[in-house]
Amino acid sequence: MIRFEWLSELLARCEDEHVLVRHGSATQLALVHLLDIDHEDWGSFAAVAHAYGCRWSAVWADQVDSGLFNLNACFEYRGDYLVVRAGVDLRQPVLPSQTPWFPAANRPERHVQDMFGIVFSDHPDARRWTRHQAWSEGHYPLRRDFPAEGDRGGEICAPDADYPFFQVQGTGVYEIPVGPVHAGIIEPGHFRFQALGETVLNLEERLGYVHKGIEKIAEGRDAAGLARLAGRVCGDSSVAHAWAACMAMERAARCSVPPRALHLRAVLVERERIANHLGDIGAVCNDVGFAFAHYQFGRLRETWQRVNGQVFGHRLLMDCVIPGGVSRDLDAAQLDALKASHAELGGELEELSPIVDYHPSLEDRLLGTGVLTPETAALLGTVGYVGKASGRDYDLRRDHAYAPYHRLQVESPVFREGDVAARLRVRTHEIGHSLALIQQLLDTLPEGETALPWQPPASGAEGLGLLEGWRGEVLCYVRFGDAGKVARFFPRDPSWLIWPALEQLIHGNIVPDFPVCNKSVNASYSGHDL
Amino acid sequence: MNDWLLALLGTLLFVALAPLFAAWVKRVKCWLQNRSSPALLQPYRDLRRLFSKQVVMAETASPLFVMTPYIIAGATLLAAAVVPFIAVNLPTAAIADVIVLAGFFSLARFFLALAGMDVGTAFGGMGSSREMTIAALAEPAMLVAVFTLAMVASSTNLSTVIDQILAQGLVLRPSLLFALLGLMLVGIAETGRIPVDNPATHLELTMIHEAMVLEYSGRHLALIEWAAQIKLLIYGVLIVNIFFPWGIATHNSVTALAIGAAVVFFKLMVLGALLAVGESVLAKMRLFRVPAFLVLALTLALIGLLSHIILEVG
Repeated sequence: MIRFEWLSELLARCEDEHVLVRHGSATQLALVHLLDIDHEDWGSFAAVAHAYGCRWSAVWADQVDSGLFNLNACFEYRGDYLVVRAGVDLRQPVLPSQTPWFPAANRPERHVQDMFGIVFSDHPDARRWTRHQAWSEGHYPLRRDFPAEGDRGGEICAPDADYPFFQVQGTGVYEIPVGPVHAGIIEPGHFRFQALGETVLNLEERLGYVHKGIEKIAEGRDAAGLARLAGRVCGDSSVAHAWAACMAMERAARCSVPPRALHLRAVLVERERIANHLGDIGAVCNDVGFAFAHYQFGRLRETWQRVNGQVFGHRLLMDCVIPGGVSRDLDAAQLDALKASHAELGGELEELSPIVDYHPSLEDRLLGTGVLTPETAALLGTVGYVGKASGRDYDLRRDHAYAPYHRLQVESPVFREGDVAARLRVRTHEIGHSLALIQQLLDTLPEGETALPWQPPASGAEGLGLLEGWRGEVLCYVRFGDAGKVARFFPRDPSWLIWPALEQLIHGNIVPDFPVCNKSVNASYSGHDL
Repeated sequence: MNDWLLALLGTLLFVALAPLFAAWVKRVKCWLQNRSSPALLQPYRDLRRLFSKQVVMAETASPLFVMTPYIIAGATLLAAAVVPFIAVNLPTAAIADVIVLAGFFSLARFFLALAGMDVGTAFGGMGSSREMTIAALAEPAMLVAVFTLAMVASSTNLSTVIDQILAQGLVLRPSLLFALLGLMLVGIAETGRIPVDNPATHLELTMIHEAMVLEYSGRHLALIEWAAQIKLLIYGVLIVNIFFPWGIATHNSVTALAIGAAVVFFKLMVLGALLAVGESVLAKMRLFRVPAFLVLALTLALIGLLSHIILEVG
């Protein structure tokens, strides 16, 4: 397949719509095409991209000098990624929104608005998103003049009590506020239900309670420090985010990675995928009171992670991926330990999977619950297992084949039912495919180095990392400043694209089915709140 | 006088052994899920811990909220006093029959539902609404099952019913079989077990019983939990002693009582294990399937009643 064979057609359409593309580059952001447009055309470009059938993936801003922002949006079409960039003047930071064409852009644009003070003039929703009440009007934490240590000196800000939630009016309609503190030990997020009896009329999410300022504290780190930080964006996607950050840095530095390291990275990310899918299958069963599967899959996940601890030195595989390679090599004994754990898991799953797949009492709860129709999934640009369960047949490992997957046979399940059962089935299938992939990776494990020494790139070098994490498409942008220090880091967890799906798929379901729907989506709070 | 002592002893046994029965069900469940179980004494330790903890109360709580745990514990205790445990000749049976027993449960539930709404949280109100939906269907089913027994024995007095069944010997009565099945389903719903409710969940939105007691803490919570355990044991004893009464002490000698105690222990162990198996192989039902489940219980109880009239009368 020829990459970007569609781009000239898109550019022609831009011309038809009078969207001026000032400059295009295939090399500045390696493997991704970069188009410079005027900020007035920000919305009209989205209209062209939408009409052409692109999927919206991410938006992020970057203050390149004291008076100028670069605003970037990333689109995907047939596995190729396109970044459009517009310069925005600090004195007049107003430009049209892309949300009218891509609903997925709604919250990411509000995040940009909160963090940089860039205003999207025709955005349908002017409320704050990430910023809550922590900063007063006119304080934008990602601007250069905002101090990294914060500007309130330990003063406790007022609770965010007056956020105007969407409300449903009518006889017998009532509101259920849930969270951000929950009865169980889970991450904080607020859910506001409008319900009629037990039927959910509307659900609105309110996130941002675990905002950690990751984008800000990344500034000024060196490459190794950024990889460590990226591994902590979201605890369950440690490898995916660390790899995406390293990929971005390596592309910025034009640095190649030894083949052995690439294979080991893929082994790590597949092990992370399997561990999380195992945990999720058990957790979905637990949310409908089927404790047997919960404990069995919890046990499988635990033994799996103990092997991680023994072989890679960390149960969640943190800090295994470093710029230029991986931090650990495997000897023959460790390879055997890995292979033994794959064989053991395969055997256990043969026994346990049919119980989960064909249990009538589970079927009764999971089939037809929380349906995300393929149409809605397409509208929202949903990725990962949520998308795959709703007819979105997209997997970066296959469709945007990056090393080492470009040499491998990658299978990706797809279903059209879009219910909880389908999302569970995607996970079961992906575990099997991942086990087969790890087998291929270990069988063809090249000899050689596991890491090359890191050479800091010149100031202004930038790169975009893209890969398929266990939740779906992980995107990471890195720009270097002086002396090899990071000037901008933006990790886009797939959760940004799947949280909105939860609000849609819950419509018409009953309130007590929400936990199982939420668990089947299992978007990350930490990865989203940054 | 001796009889009254015995009745008191039976009630105390109920109160003392209820946590043990809950622990036994939990232990069997753990075994079935291939994991090691907490000690059988764990529920007692939990109760002791709760009793020694400070009570934290919402600012909006009314006196009703404080009274409710005591009303629930009291009503459940009185209910336990009515049910023959190891001996059949209860003097309490002369003042209270099985309809009074159902009344005690209703009284406790009524106050619990009020307390759930008292503080004004969304979860409490949701739990109360669900509990009442279930109760409205469970109570008729229970009463019809009980009336079947009453017709068999021509009495609503539990001691008399048991005496009658013992006197008739081992006969297969379709009416009793159906009533047994109906009562078991009602028992599962009333005591908040899987597949109707999940006593071990932490998910506020799925809770029924737990949602109403979310705001309770300290000794209040201890009383409510203890009462829930006693209620589970009452249903267990009702089922084993009415439908399989053989072995229960019919006169008040020490040997008879000892045999009665041993036999009822054994029967409860078997019943508890059955409950654990049921809870392990089933997932929790969708909330709106619970009415269908309870209608099944009512239908079974009605069939029991009809089969008594059609097959057994005359």
